[in-house]
Amino acid sequence: MAHSHNHHDAHHDAHHDHGSFKSYMTGFVLAVILTVIPFGIVMGGGFDSRALTIAVVVLCAVAQVLVHMIYFLHMNSSAEEGWTLLSTLFTIVVVVIMLAGSLWVMFHLNTNMMPQMSHELQVMP
Amino acid sequence: MSTITQLKAPADYWETEPHHHPEGASTNIGFWVYLMSDCLMFAVLFATYGVLHGNLAAGPGPKDLFDLELVAINTAMLLFSSITYGFAMLRMARGDQAGTLKWLAITLFFGLCFLAIELYEFAHLIHEGAGPQRSAFLSAFFTLVGTHGLHVTFGSIWLVTLMVQVKKFGLTSANQRRLMCLSLFWHFLDLIWIGVFTVVYLLGVI
Repeated sequence: MAHSHNHHDAHHDAHHDHGSFKSYMTGFVLAVILTVIPFGIVMGGGFDSRALTIAVVVLCAVAQVLVHMIYFLHMNSSAEEGWTLLSTLFTIVVVVIMLAGSLWVMFHLNTNMMPQMSHELQVMP
Repeated sequence: MSTITQLKAPADYWETEPHHHPEGASTNIGFWVYLMSDCLMFAVLFATYGVLHGNLAAGPGPKDLFDLELVAINTAMLLFSSITYGFAMLRMARGDQAGTLKWLAITLFFGLCFLAIELYEFAHLIHEGAGPQRSAFLSAFFTLVGTHGLHVTFGSIWLVTLMVQVKKFGLTSANQRRLMCLSLFWHFLDLIWIGVFTVVYLLGVI
């Protein structure tokens, strides 16, 4: 085959992990389970406690993101001498600060902008 | 006199010749940094949605609009396309060109199914009068989900391009590198979709 030589060369250059059939299938099965659980819970009406339903759904999503990172994106601490992991951690920190900050600030803004300011009415003489 | 002879050439202090890097050696890390910047962009859209999701302008809300069965099918399509792309990469690692192309074609099929279902959903919403101009919630919804769909669209175009390249030039090292980048891109989009179906659809309906 004409491309077999090229392939051989590339394999030495690209020290990137392609994963194995087993790791892809492990990731796929875990991802399916972690998708079916939240959809099943929500489509079945959810738990009595709304907070518990939200917590389970969010936890499943976080777990599935980790599964995708490990089994599909083949992330590990040694890829590209750790720069991949470092840039990812940096991104996660920025994302968490921005998401939490936006929601926090805007939630309080919304609360204070409510048309019926019952709090202030109570304070007023 | 002796001080002059002791002066050293610049090459003694730093490297004057350019480094030799093998072609494409920094592509993986570079592409990863691009994906992280894309991740930040999606984070902004998620934050916007999070802030605006309650501003319905007396219009329909998530519970009135979203059809979870459709979303479940869509999620399955994207997850299937992720695993079939993985199989294509495994065939590529073995140097099996025909197998790679076959699995890439299956990936493309699932990707297009995802897009078709999403377009159907959008058309249905707009037909019901729940278009992006209806409320802040719907503007944020269409921006977030639409941006993801746009990414899948461009990923599909990229996929077709690479299939033609592989068909024409074989699994050269350059083509393998490109397929590797698209692999990261494709799995990354599936990862973003986890956030979309959780935050927008599931949490919206709870």
